Amino acid sequence: MDVSQYLEIFIDETKEHLQSLNEQLLILETEPENTETINEIFRAAHSLKGMAGTMGYKRMQRLTHDMENVFSEIRSGNMKVTADLVDVLFKGLDALEVYLKNIQESAAEGTEDYEDIINQLNNILNIGLGKETAVEAKEEPPKASAAVTQTGTDEGGAISYKELILTDYEKRAINKADTMGISAFGITVYIQDYCILKAARAFLVFKALEGLGDVIKSQPEVQDIEDEKFDLDFSVIILSKDSAEKIRSAVMNVSEIKDAIVEKIDADQNETEDSEEDNNGVSDAKQEKAAGSVTSAEKSGKAGAAAAKQQIAKPVVNRSVRVDIEKLDVLMNLVSELIIAKNGLVSISANEKNTRNESSFNEHIEYLERVTTNLHESVMKVRMVPIESVVNRFPRMIRDLSKKLNKKMELYMTGEETELDRTVIDEIGDPLMHLLRNAADHGLESKKERIAAGKPPVGSIFLDAYQDGNNVVIEVRDDGAGINVENVKEKAIEKGTITAEQAAEMTDKEVIDILFRPSFSTSEVISDVSGRGVGLDVVKTKIEALGGDIEAKTKLGEGSIFIIRLPLTLAIIQALMIELGPEKYAIPLGSIQTIEDIKNSEVKYVHSKEVINLRGDVIPLVRLGKLLEVPETQKEEESLTVVIVSKGDRLAGIVVDNLIGQQEIVIKSIGKYINNNKIIGGATILGDGEVALILDVNTLV
Amino acid sequence: MEANLTGSKQYVVVKIGIEQYGIDIKYVDSIVRMQRITRVPKAQPYFKGVINLRGEIIPVMSMRMKFELEDDVLTNATRIIIIKLEPQSAVGIIVDEVKEVVTLDDTMIEKVTNTVEDKNGYLNGIGKYNGELISLLNISSIIIEKETV
Repeated sequence: MDVSQYLEIFIDETKEHLQSLNEQLLILETEPENTETINEIFRAAHSLKGMAGTMGYKRMQRLTHDMENVFSEIRSGNMKVTADLVDVLFKGLDALEVYLKNIQESAAEGTEDYEDIINQLNNILNIGLGKETAVEAKEEPPKASAAVTQTGTDEGGAISYKELILTDYEKRAINKADTMGISAFGITVYIQDYCILKAARAFLVFKALEGLGDVIKSQPEVQDIEDEKFDLDFSVIILSKDSAEKIRSAVMNVSEIKDAIVEKIDADQNETEDSEEDNNGVSDAKQEKAAGSVTSAEKSGKAGAAAAKQQIAKPVVNRSVRVDIEKLDVLMNLVSELIIAKNGLVSISANEKNTRNESSFNEHIEYLERVTTNLHESVMKVRMVPIESVVNRFPRMIRDLSKKLNKKMELYMTGEETELDRTVIDEIGDPLMHLLRNAADHGLESKKERIAAGKPPVGSIFLDAYQDGNNVVIEVRDDGAGINVENVKEKAIEKGTITAEQAAEMTDKEVIDILFRPSFSTSEVISDVSGRGVGLDVVKTKIEALGGDIEAKTKLGEGSIFIIRLPLTLAIIQALMIELGPEKYAIPLGSIQTIEDIKNSEVKYVHSKEVINLRGDVIPLVRLGKLLEVPETQKEEESLTVVIVSKGDRLAGIVVDNLIGQQEIVIKSIGKYINNNKIIGGATILGDGEVALILDVNTLV
Repeated sequence: MEANLTGSKQYVVVKIGIEQYGIDIKYVDSIVRMQRITRVPKAQPYFKGVINLRGEIIPVMSMRMKFELEDDVLTNATRIIIIKLEPQSAVGIIVDEVKEVVTLDDTMIEKVTNTVEDKNGYLNGIGKYNGELISLLNISSIIIEKETV
């Protein structure tokens, strides 16, 4: 059956089911007895299995089938939920996600079987039901179970190279080598788990091996190893005249290698496995591919692997947005109104001779304006996606981090329904993840320190999203130790970022801003979670590229808060046009609070700066004309036109010469070569072709 | 810096002040007449502002200001040369006059060492054409200058 037309639906729905499984499992972990959750999980797993089966994804079906079995027993009360079980189930979900990714890229599920996970599931099932079976799989080191291996044998995944499948070609090569007195060795190399440059270590291992003989196969492929797309181990098959001992010592000579298993391979033994494999239709294609890559790989393993990769790297599914049918109806309506408006104009121009239609012309223009504004709004709404789609993977991430860092922590999220433009949503995930990791790793103290400081032992991280005028604000907050301003100062002086005199004069806020400078990390210990000095500056750059900004607040001992402010829409905004002398500027309407007429006599001075007292608020005045060095600003008048703008809870009054009116403007960049201290956020082209600059109010407040 | 020029290249010859300059034609997107420039406050002094070129906003710099000559005198011959170093970002430069396009090969170009005349590295070489001298501009170093504010 040709099911390719259902592929997109399958991928969408599988994603949804996986997400719901992730969420439900998290609940289950804290409330093992929650029958409703168990039912929910069971249903999701069941539909997943059915869908995978229909689409012909056998491996995926098998894995979900085994997971479903477990859920089924839990549901009927035959076994209990344990921490081990949840871990294995999460691993299973990760494996399913890998399948899904493969499907998205190549329409095939890939060739990994995840025997280890299936075995563990079955073991747990057997133990849970009181049956006495081999506990072997449970005793496996976690490394081996995490190993991504190719289609395996039934012996479990203790030594991964045994799971390499040899193609006919390779077998012939081994046999031939055998007759020439050269033996084939299977090698599995384990890298220390604290190793940072895995790919480099692997490369050195390959170097060492190439000196001893010919590497004929590796798993993962050489290209993947170079790209660090492997866990902590990899396997190779090598043809060599030397002994297993010698090979092993050559490998172990490379630093940060934990262990290497070298065993001689008998070519015939592989025969049986392989014929078994041939029965499986799906793997045929893969084998051809492997054979293709290996033939060329004999001369240059790298080139072959790269070519094979290129063959499969063709995404078969386009990115899509799910749109509420109601939104589409609104769009359709607006388009028909647009056509009516156009027809109106056409009929007016047809009646050009009878000139008495000035007013009806204006009427139609107004109508057209209304329709286009609504149309713009609706199209923007179609592009809006709830932030949920990004943040819903975070609870799982925090759970994993909590285990990894051995700190207890909880993530509280609010405002997941806040909507953002699709382009922003796609980009915001990484910065947020970075901030959360920072909060978990550096922000929160260890359990001991927390208890000593009189805090609850479980740390809290908050992720709050909400809309604020024309902005969306996302806050990442933790109740950890906060940022030690003095430490930051010291470090900054030490690194030469600032001088000691500068440091003495800096406010706390200025010091915290140093954190956003490139390559500045205060963490004493570099962990693999965060703290390599490429942190906050990257976050900041990314957010600024999206037209937003980020600021940090902290209180020593009470925690820190990172506030991200993002514009709701990117390209078109409503703006107030103003005049300064001969020049025209646009102020985004979203940041404007009110417009006031202030008498000159009401301007007061605080710290020799101009302020006004507006309904109880003391608001600093900004003489925009002077600030922007506008020539021939208007002479002093009796009263000032002041535009009150806001950024978060701060206000400022901008003094302008004249107001022109509200207008919808298209934002255009003024290019990267002009350097203007960020006061100008962009430019727009007015109706008469003139250019007006858009003020970035954030820099004025 | 593109110091090694091989083979022959075409240059747009322009006049700024009393000197003639050559701009490698591969960077030139178009040449437009002088038009209304919108001042951008707080920008580098040699940036005159931005113009609207067929719906695109393009920053415009004055070569005279860049070379610390007196300010431009706009005449009928004044042109803006639109330069594209990268596909997405164009820059306009104001010149007094656009004269012609010439083809120069290596033998007609004399390298400049970074001596007194060219302390900023704005020049790639001096071209000799029909008995006249043409200073060949190093466009990227002129446009992408690390500002020391």
